[in-house]
Parts: sequence; C-alpha cells; structure tokens
Amino acid sequence: MTVQQSDLKLDGNAIGGLLREIFTMEMTAAIGTCAHCGTLHAVGEVEVYMNAPGVVVRCPSCGEVQMKVVRGHGKYWLDLSGVRCLEFSAG
Amino acid sequence: MIPGASSGTGETDKPTSTPQVLRWQIGSVAELVQETPRVASLVLDVPDWPGHDAGQHVDVRLTADDGYQAERSYSIASAPEDRRLAITVERLEDGEVSPYLVGEVRAGDKVELRGPIGGYFVWKASDERPLLLVAGGSGIVPLMAMIRHRAATGSKTPTRLLYSSRSLEDVIYKAELDRLASAGDGLTVAHTLTRKQPEGWTGYSRRIDTAMLAEVAWPKGQMPIVYVCGPTPLVEGVASLLVDMGYGPASIKTERFGPTGG
Repeated sequence: MTVQQSDLKLDGNAIGGLLREIFTMEMTAAIGTCAHCGTLHAVGEVEVYMNAPGVVVRCPSCGEVQMKVVRGHGKYWLDLSGVRCLEFSAG
Repeated sequence: MIPGASSGTGETDKPTSTPQVLRWQIGSVAELVQETPRVASLVLDVPDWPGHDAGQHVDVRLTADDGYQAERSYSIASAPEDRRLAITVERLEDGEVSPYLVGEVRAGDKVELRGPIGGYFVWKASDERPLLLVAGGSGIVPLMAMIRHRAATGSKTPTRLLYSSRSLEDVIYKAELDRLASAGDGLTVAHTLTRKQPEGWTGYSRRIDTAMLAEVAWPKGQMPIVYVCGPTPLVEGVASLLVDMGYGPASIKTERFGPTGG
C-alpha cells in the first residue's frame, strides 16, 4: 500500500507537547497569523507533518509553510518565518 | 530523579499548583481494560497529577535498553472528575509504542508520561451550547472524555454523538455508551458501521455523508459547537460537509490522527 503525503497530515494538537517544551505554556489555543496569506488560525487547526526530519507546519488556508521545528542533539532549531504573529495567553 | 526528566533550577520556593514547565512523570498501571480486540485502556495512578480538561492528551515515552526513545500522544479517556487517569490506545502492528502499550504492559508496570497537553480541542461542561460529537474509530477517545465529563457533572447539555466504526466488534466503549444514552438526560448516540454489520443491524451502514449529518446534526440555527476526531480523511470530510451545511468554521473543532501515531 502506498502511503500518500495527505495520509500523513496531522494537526497542531499533535505538537502541543513539543511547543510546551519551547514556549513553556499551552500553545494549541494560540492564534497565529500566516505570513503568506494573513489568515488567522488556532495552532490546533494548522496542518502538521511529522514524517520529515523535523516538524513542518503549514497554513490550512494557503498551504504555505508557517513553522519548522527540529529537535536533536540537545538543541532546538525553530523557524517561525511563516508566522507573522503568535497571540497566546500569559498563563 | 526520573530518567530523562529535565533538571529544574530554583523551583523549590515557587508555588507548585500551576507548573509551567511540562515534566515527564511516572504513572503506574492500576488496571487494563481490553476494549476491543485491538484497543485497550490503561488506567493509571499518576502521583501529583495536576488535573486535566476533557479533550486533552498526554505524551507517552518509551525508552529502550540502549537509550533509544519513542514518544507518542494519546488522548485522555477519563473525565476530569475520575479518580484515575485513563488513556485508550489502538494497537498499530507496525507502531513503535502502541504494540507495547496494548499487549505487553501489565498491571503494576510503570509508564513515563507528561501532560495534560492541549487547549484547543477541549470541552467544558459549563459550555451549554448544543454539542455535536463526530468520531471515527479511536477518535472516540477524547470525545468519550467529554461524554464522561458531561455525565460526571450532571450536565443536561443536549448532546449527539455520531460514531463511525468498521464493525460492531470495533466499537470502543459500546456498553458504556449504550448505558449513558439510555439515561434520558439529553445524550443520543448514533452508530455507523462501514464494513460489516451484524444481522438485523438498524444503525447506519455507510461512511458519514451529508444525508447522515442532516439527520444527526443540530440545526445550525441552534448555534451548536462541534468536535470531530478521527483519521485525517474522515475529519476533513466531515468538517467540509458541515461547512457546506452552513455551520460556521469557527464552531467546528477538529483533531486528526494518522499513521505516525503508532
């Protein structure tokens, strides 16, 4: 059986734990503004692919990459260039 | 010190009621419930569990003898009001974690976990909007936490569950759902069996479609809130059908799981 890329799509709920490691607070209810199309989405709604060497987050409206997160060797690499703004509760 | 836990600094003089840093904890398996041939619930004692909301999940981490670690997310099945934390796990044959949790784990074993995690796919009984829950397969798990939370709090929020399974044998929590739906407190449960139906089956026998949703879903004018959880194709199909029916996208919360979840 061939696995289609679309079958591997998850959503932002799946990276709640990973984002808690980095931001220390609950992030799936955070609202992100897409740097490509300007649409607002909760982090829980975004498209997430975890089958790459890291995690790739795409906008559910325009499909462009919003975020890349790689964890390994005791480090994080966090690329947020596709998110113009992240709004989240202070705790 | 828990192996693999991060070492905090200076936390001793801080209040511990709202831990900000998510720490790995050890839970011990108090009870195992075989729900279906491929699905089991692990009922866990977790010391210092901070409590959770219905719909949240935990990360579970297994460490091999050589130090290799595998992490997976599992939805919490128990209500916030329950004394113990329960997760329900489907065994995926080529998975790294689930074949251990369903088949190898025994009562008394220790499991490393962290949580609760998630603030988006969460329902609280104080929300009195009519509730529509749509589940595919083991996507029922976080929705069951909501149904159990609703029952534990005595909520009368009108609630409809549409639950798609392959066959009757694959229906998780069947007896408990039957019991809760017969209580007459506003919960109705509709099943659809997509691959195999027992003789005399009176429920639905097909994949979720517009006609089925039109029968089960609340009229959009009642301003319902919707939670959909299941495999990605089901979640996206149901969400787009509901939007076509006039439901506002903001009223539909979705959670997908896929083959990386094993």
